[in-house]
Amino acid sequence: MNKTIYLDNAATTKMSKTAIDAMTPYFDKIYGNPSSLHSIGQTAAEALYDARQRIAKCINASPNEITFTSGGSEADNQAIISAAKNGEKKGKKHIISTKIEHHAVLHTLKKLEKEGFEVTLLDVGEYGIVKPEQVKDAIRADTCLVTVMFANNEIGTIQPVKEIGEICRAAGVIFHTDAVQAAGHLHIDVAAQNIDMLSISAHKLHGPKGTGVLYAKKGVRLWNIIEGGAQERGKRAGTENIPAITGMAAALEEACANMDENAKKMTAMRDRLISKLSEIPHSVLNGDAENRLPGNVNFCFEGIEGESLLLLLDDKGVCASSGSACTSGSLDPSHVLLAIGRPHEIAHGSLRLSLCEENTDEEIEYTIKAVGDVVSYLRNMSPVWRDLISGKKEFITK
Amino acid sequence: MALYSEKVMDHFRNPRNVGVIEDADGVGEVGNAKCGDIMKIYLKIENDIIVDVKFETFGCGSAIASSSMATELIKGKPVSEALTLTNKAVAEALDGLPAYKMHCSVLAEEAIKKALQDYYEKNGIEYDHSLFPDCEDCEHCCEV
Repeated sequence: MNKTIYLDNAATTKMSKTAIDAMTPYFDKIYGNPSSLHSIGQTAAEALYDARQRIAKCINASPNEITFTSGGSEADNQAIISAAKNGEKKGKKHIISTKIEHHAVLHTLKKLEKEGFEVTLLDVGEYGIVKPEQVKDAIRADTCLVTVMFANNEIGTIQPVKEIGEICRAAGVIFHTDAVQAAGHLHIDVAAQNIDMLSISAHKLHGPKGTGVLYAKKGVRLWNIIEGGAQERGKRAGTENIPAITGMAAALEEACANMDENAKKMTAMRDRLISKLSEIPHSVLNGDAENRLPGNVNFCFEGIEGESLLLLLDDKGVCASSGSACTSGSLDPSHVLLAIGRPHEIAHGSLRLSLCEENTDEEIEYTIKAVGDVVSYLRNMSPVWRDLISGKKEFITK
Repeated sequence: MALYSEKVMDHFRNPRNVGVIEDADGVGEVGNAKCGDIMKIYLKIENDIIVDVKFETFGCGSAIASSSMATELIKGKPVSEALTLTNKAVAEALDGLPAYKMHCSVLAEEAIKKALQDYYEKNGIEYDHSLFPDCEDCEHCCEV
């Protein structure tokens, strides 16, 4: 197969034609600033209004509960900092989260810790799912925020968001969820799922990069991260990225309209990958087999290192990702893999394949063979593998 | 810009001297699976000349390329010359490594030194202990 097989859709996606077409007029035709009073500006303002309505509808929110940001990271930052400041005013300085959050959440929490907040990071067990009772048990009188991601970016586990939201609602604690991997792929209904704040990124759902959404339920005060203008009801300064926002609205609508059909297609490919890659000896699936994003596959292969696996797969045309330390530029492998109990030794040998609805069965079969070939090739030159098969060291995986 | 030089990619894709020497005269293993890098070097030495060398590596692209290049640099050389191989020479021969990957070249240098030390020990040859780093802990390599 002489082409590229893109299996890194959790990193970013190809933009859909619908999204590109929706954006194009806003570069050189309707290029006005929505804050301008002349007609070209006001036409842009209408596009912004329209996009806000459509995005709100996709998650069952009101348009005035939608704030446009530069992406998921900014939305996570602003949500957490706002909830923390609101809590601080009432003397509440305790925050609950999990060990497998994205760094946009974890690093923001670290910063708040330095400012005197106390943070409880919940364990997620070997399958990477937090139990609602854990949240219930961790809530204190001074808890101001619970932030638990909707679905994990590395291992794809889907968290019991609705149940956690219910617990938070009953306790009067704000509940934020980072839905960057979930939006456009899983059904989101902020009302039914008891969500107070939620983050979305457009480029994970075939929209453009550099734009996202922070949903904040009416009554939850937002604090600015970026000052300097009255845009977004004064909560986020900066001229709105109209092309990106219109592209995001089109992409999200399209993804939501085709969600079930896409999920069915991806789930079949995902399960085929999981079943065949499980046949590679001494491999282990990371995350839960059932409560899992339709497009996520994540394995550890004992005796090899992830970066070399990625480079060789790339040579074969397969674009993938890994949680190895070498790909992160740090000494430690993925915090998510460590949190589900994978020892360093095998966490370095991880592979994430994240699908989209455009992948084909033919691509999946090719990938299964490519992964098998590369894993054997690398194991054949690995002194760790030699020690394992000779019995000098004990296998960690089956 | 690509992550690695063409030379690194060449040695990564087509590593030279991969394998095991069953009756090796010296074997050196450095690194730690916990850090994600282990290198093992096997030497065959005749009349003070490295007549054969093989390696096995568990690690990233630059670790494999560094091992491959290091074996090429010492093959056919006298033991005394192999002892002077530095990590810089390995990295330079590869047309450079990204700064945070320099520790891979350090591992290659240390694996060769360890194999040479093993050769001295096995054959009861007197040697200057100060030439060989104590490589029990790989963390310091990773910090280079």
